[in-house]
Formats: sequence, C-alpha cells, structure tokens
Amino acid sequence: MARMAGRRVLLAVPVLLLVTFGVFAVAAASPFDPVTAYTGTAGLTASQENLDQIRANLGVDQPFTARWADWIAGALRGDLGDSAVLRMPVADAVAERLGWSVLLAAAAFALAVLLGTAFGVLAARRPGGPLDRCATAIAYTLEAAPAFWLGLLAIWLFSLQWGVLPAGGLTDTASDTVTAGQVARHLVLPAAVLGISQLPWFYLYVRQGVGDALDEDPVRGARARGLAERTVLLGHALRSGMLPMLTLIGSRVPELITGALLVETVFSWPGIAAATVQAATAVDFPLLAALTVLATAAVLLGNLLSDLLYGLADPRVGFDG
Amino acid sequence: MTGRSLRAASAAALAAALLLGAAACTAPSGGGTRAADGGTAVVGIAYEPDTLSPLLGYGKDGNSKIFDGLLAHDADMRLRPALAAELPEVSPDGLTYTYTLRRGVTFQDGEPFDAEDVVFTYRTILDEKTNNPSRAELDALRGVRAEGSHTVVFTLAYPYAPFAQRTVLPIAPEHIAGRQDVNTGKFTTEPIGTGPYILTGWSRGEKLSFKANPHYWGGEPQVERFTMAVIQDDDVRATRLRAGDLDGAVLPPALAEGFARDRNLRTHRATSYDYRTVTLPTGNPVAGDTAVRRALDIAVDRQAMVDGILNGAGRPAYGPVPTGSPWFTAGTERRHDPEAARRILDEAGWKPGKDGIRTRDGVRAAFPLWYVTGDKLRQDHALAYASDARSIGIDITTQAGSWEVIEPRMKDDAVLAGGGAPGDPDFDQYLLLHSDHAGDGFNNMARYDNPAVDEALEQGRRAGDEAARRRAYDTVQRELAKNPGYTFLTHIDHVYVLADTWDGLSTQVEPHDHGLASGPWWNVETWTPKGAAR
Repeated sequence: MARMAGRRVLLAVPVLLLVTFGVFAVAAASPFDPVTAYTGTAGLTASQENLDQIRANLGVDQPFTARWADWIAGALRGDLGDSAVLRMPVADAVAERLGWSVLLAAAAFALAVLLGTAFGVLAARRPGGPLDRCATAIAYTLEAAPAFWLGLLAIWLFSLQWGVLPAGGLTDTASDTVTAGQVARHLVLPAAVLGISQLPWFYLYVRQGVGDALDEDPVRGARARGLAERTVLLGHALRSGMLPMLTLIGSRVPELITGALLVETVFSWPGIAAATVQAATAVDFPLLAALTVLATAAVLLGNLLSDLLYGLADPRVGFDG
Repeated sequence: MTGRSLRAASAAALAAALLLGAAACTAPSGGGTRAADGGTAVVGIAYEPDTLSPLLGYGKDGNSKIFDGLLAHDADMRLRPALAAELPEVSPDGLTYTYTLRRGVTFQDGEPFDAEDVVFTYRTILDEKTNNPSRAELDALRGVRAEGSHTVVFTLAYPYAPFAQRTVLPIAPEHIAGRQDVNTGKFTTEPIGTGPYILTGWSRGEKLSFKANPHYWGGEPQVERFTMAVIQDDDVRATRLRAGDLDGAVLPPALAEGFARDRNLRTHRATSYDYRTVTLPTGNPVAGDTAVRRALDIAVDRQAMVDGILNGAGRPAYGPVPTGSPWFTAGTERRHDPEAARRILDEAGWKPGKDGIRTRDGVRAAFPLWYVTGDKLRQDHALAYASDARSIGIDITTQAGSWEVIEPRMKDDAVLAGGGAPGDPDFDQYLLLHSDHAGDGFNNMARYDNPAVDEALEQGRRAGDEAARRRAYDTVQRELAKNPGYTFLTHIDHVYVLADTWDGLSTQVEPHDHGLASGPWWNVETWTPKGAAR
C-alpha cells in the first residue's frame, strides 16, 4: 500500500511539471494582456512608458519559458510568487480561500454520496417500483443540467421568489464578521446545488451495483439463512454493490472541481474557484499555475484514494497499481 | 480491515475534512447583523478597486474613506485643506508648493501622522519599481522634502497650475507601508490611514466593510457601519435594493425610474464630466479629413441621444468640458444641422454616389466604428451615430469587440470611447488632445494633431494666472469646433437611488470612473440621521 502511494507520488512529479508548463504556454498564447488586466481603468489614461515599466516590474516582458523556469525554481524553494491581480503573495491568496472551497466541496460531496447511496439502495430494493422510476428519471434530468443553470434557478426560486435563503456571498451584506450560523445559511444553496449536480452519478452507480448484488449468490445465501432483510440489504448487497462507487469517488473529483468553479462564481463564494476565473482572465501566471497544480494534485489524490479504498474494501484487488 | 471499520474510517475522515474546512476559516465573531438602527448604511456599487493602497493608485482623486489627502474637494469641487492645515503657499514662479500640516492627527493604529509620511507616499509613487499606473499624473513633480515635522515642500520640474488638485492623493503611513513590499504587501489589502472609516473587511468581488473611526480628526462619523456591496449586474443590484438588502445603489437611468414612486427612496442625479465620444483617427483618409469631421460634428443629433439613449439623464457634449462647467466656452455649442453638413461635404468635393454614399478621388466615405462588447450604452451611441452619418452620405459600419481586438485597430478605425475627469481642465484635455500623447496607450486615441491646441494646452498648464488659463482653454474649445478630431456626443448623468433616512446627502460633479469614491456617499462621514428621533 505504501509502495503504491509512493509510486504514484513519483509519477505525479512529471505530470505536475507538464501541466504547469501547459498553463504558462496557454496563458502566453491568450489574447489577454496581463498589464491591461493589472492596471484596469487607470491603464486607459496611463502613458506607454508607465505601462512598459509595469510590464517590466511584473516580469511579463520575458518569454513564457523563462517565467515558467523561474516559477518552478521559486516553487521548489517554497515561494509560489506574487499574484499580480490580487496584489498579494500567491501562498496567502490560496491559504485565505482554500478553506472555503474545501468546506463547500466537502459539504457537497457528503451530500451527494449520502443521498446518492440512500436513494440508490431504496431504488434497487424494488427495481421498477414508483420510487425507482421517479428517482431514475430525475437523476437523468439532473445529469443533463449544468451546475451554473441549477445555481441560477436556485437563486431565482429560494432568494428572489421566496426570500428564504441568501443569494450569495459568505455573510449578510451588512455584516462584516463571519459567524458559523451565517456561513451555514449561506452554504446551503451552493452546497446543495453542487451536491445535487454530482448526485445522479452516485445514485445511478449505487442503484446498479446494489441491484446486481441482490441477485448474487452470497445475498441469496444470506436470505436462505433467514437473515433480516435489513442486514441482507445493508450488510451484504450494499457492501458489494458499493465497489464501483468507490472508483467513482476518485473519478468525480475533477467534475467536482469544475462544478465548484461554476457554482462559486454564481454564488460569489470566496473560494479558490472564483480566484481561478480572475487569474485566468487577468493572465496572472503565478496564481494560475499554483491553482492548476492544486487542481491537478486533487485529481491525482482522488484517483489514489479510490484505488486505496478499493483495495481495502475488496480483498480480491491488490495494491500493485 | 473489515467493512465496519472501513465505514467508520471513512466517516471519520469526512468529519475531519469538514472540521478542518471550518477551522481553517474561522474569523472573529461578534455582532453586526443588519439592524434597523440608524447607524448602518449598505450601498451597492458596480466596480471594486483593484487595490486599496494609495501607493498603487487607490483613491488618487479623493474620497477614499480610509485615507485623507493633504487637500480634499468640497461639494462644489473646490479645494479645502484636509491633512494640510491650510491651502498651500505657491512661490511666484509656480515651482514650489509649501504645505503646513495639521497637528495632532493620528493613523487608525494610533501612530502620529507627520511630514515623513507625506514624503514617503510621494517618493514611493514616483519610484519606478512601484506599479502605479497613474504615475504620469505627477509628471510635473521633481522632488518632495520635509522641513521639520509639519511642513512639506514640493518642487516642480515646470510650472503646473493644477498641481494642488493632485494633492488630494491619500497619504499612507510610512511605519506600516514602508516596511513591506509596496506591490504585494499586506497593506494593499489591509490598509490603515487617517481617514473617517476603518476597513474591517474586504471580500473580493463581494463587498467592502467599514466602521467609523472614533478618533477621526474631523469628528467621529455618525454612520457607524458602512458597507459597499460589489454587484456588477445592474438588474441584480436593483433587485437587491428592492428587497431591502441594500440602502442605496448606483443604477442606469431606466432602472432608476422603477423606484421613482417609492416614497422611502430618493433618486439623486449627479452631473458629470463623463463623456462619450467618437475618435476620428488622423491616419484614416476619411475620418482624418477636416471637412468630414466638421460635417459629422453638426450632423449628429445630440439631443436625440440624450432623450432616447439616456432617458434625459445627460446633456449634449461639444468637447471634454461639459456645458454646465465654468470652464465651458459659451458659443461653441453646435446646432444639429444636417443640411449644412451636406454643404460642407459638397464643397470639399465629397460627391454622393449611386448608393447615396459619397466619394472623393475614388475614396469612399466609409469607415468602421468599434465599441466594447457588452457595453449597451456605447452600442446605442454608436448605432445612433452611424445612422446620423448615413443621412449625410457617410457609411459607418459599427463593430463590437473586446479591447484586445480594438487596441491594434485604434490607429485607423474609429472607436466609441469614454472618459472625463473633473478637477481641472488640464487633466483629461492634455492627454486626450496633445499631439505628444498621440497613440500613447489609450491617450489621444484619434492621434489628434493640432499645433494651436498643443500650444494652448501648454499655456493652460503652465500659466499661473486664472484669466490666462481661461483664455487657453477657450482657444482649445474653439479649435476643436474648427477641426473636431473627436465627435463628442453626450455627457452622462450618474443616477443613484438611496433610502431617505439620512440628511446631508449631495453629489459632486463626477468623473468617468465612478466607483467607490463617487455617488451621494462621497461624504458619508458627514451624514446625519434624518430627524432627531433616530
């Protein structure tokens, strides 16, 4: 198990190098100009000399390969560079926002996994029953619905029409202190939207897995031994039917990140994703690179996690991946 | 590992992740809910500043809330002393400005303010390692030094009459800002100044929160908590104002009209220097022709644009100086006269072709006009302009694009541009019209080149005498009527809707960029609750 983890970490190094290089190359090729983004409206009346000086100060007058090498060298020493658009060190910007993104993603993920499993088991118990048909139809519909659209719909319904939940932000507009109660109220909509956009996958996988497991010999054996239906369903069928879902947990991480990107933007959630959008449109190389590394690392970790969980849950699978 | 322990382990991991997430984001807790007391005000603005450091350009035109300048503008845009004890003494040659500083002023952290802070602020801005895009505004400044702890002397490289107007620039504390990286240090997001409000939080893209500075030298503000919500979308801002989430907001005239009948809300209309203009590039064979420029100048129906596009919230513009300004040259208004425009074109040899579009020496009277994608106001102006031009036989194709697309084309194609700064006529006219700035960034986009205007602009900034300056800017406006390298269309009023719970609200004449510093809340520190009961 440790060997597998170690091998994966080693493999991650070239992947991360390649990804950051790609980010620098794409950003350099984009039509956006970092200096225009940096100076904003003040840049419209600035002299060319002034703008050229800022270009040199920001270091964006150099070729992107040199900047990439600089950034990598700095990152190895623990210095992620300074974000031009946020005017603060990248490490500070990430530290400030990462917690909020993790909170949102964790809440959404928990919601998706728990609800998906619960509904999946219930639906698998009576395939073709009313619950199964309803839930499956809704799941396919939700799977086709983009997260940002769900978000706008939720804002329209819960904030504008009914006025029961805040439309965005972390706290009430007039309040400048972050209290747990306020955050909880503001977390409901974005977490629900993000969770619901992920939910169909878990639901469909669990339903299929448990449904198949119910026909398998061990389950039939358990029933024959006269075990309670509850024990059969949760102890035998669910455990074996959960296996494909563990894979899913890992492979849904990228989807979760892109979903969070949209949801955070729609709900003005002060997380990493909102900064990613800003970094991209402002061609803020160091911030963009750091955030991409973070996202890549999350994906790699997700895959590793699901492989490890799989190995733990199913003795037939070894740790030689 | 058994299934049970696996489930337990994953549940524990999940709980830990949640806790970790929550713990990583703890912030000081306390009161601050939206109470009905009169001490809070929440307003919606469209754009937030990029930085809150005056060293990087924040608040350079005053009203920064967190900071004070040496001087400040009053409601009529006249200068009054702020951190300076009185208006500066100017030497007879106009090259030395001496400021005596107010005594007993402290920064929000309790440290005293003195001359060293002023010197530090200006020297840092002039340093080319500082990423301040507005440095050119201090182009005239050669040096600044302290004489004792409460006198500051500025020396200029050349006589620059509006220099005092530039010293509304906020002063940063040397003992904080001087100890960190000027471009990325904490001070850029957690500023500390001498001003009436203390920043308590800045959630980017969401809001800026302030509380009153109890030790403010001008007296503690009565609006104790002041919040600026950053809401880019006009409709969302209007909805949140209607829902009571906001006490006030900046709104486009059409949306503001929806609140006209609400008796708890009042509409404030600020006149501005904010113009919309069409650049007529000198390098373009059609737009660069003086006859075409003069014909377009009188062919456009400015009043129709004010009524139709701005819902009456604006006024026709004939140059960068609005008609209501004391610097406006009476008699340079242009009457809408398409007939005269056609005559001018006829006399200059532009003859109508078969399709109604004029040609001269094989050159068709046509050019493209760009506007920024998504800017409805500019789009409407551009379409109205093109239709007016068409009626005198000039074919203008309107095209939308982002600035990245427009910038390389500015040399030859027309652009629907905006700008304008009150304070002093030199501020925008020199950059907009002087041939030295032709094609310099986004300054003088039309590459206007008129020696008479250049000379008058130089005189205007150097002459110390008010009457001489007035003559210079009169010359500029008359020359612009003779050779209009830009077709000025409208000056736009900025419209604000606010809850009627405070006294002391007014508006200043506003610039093109009306972010945090403009609007009726420019002087929120002097608002008082309406009626004694609150």
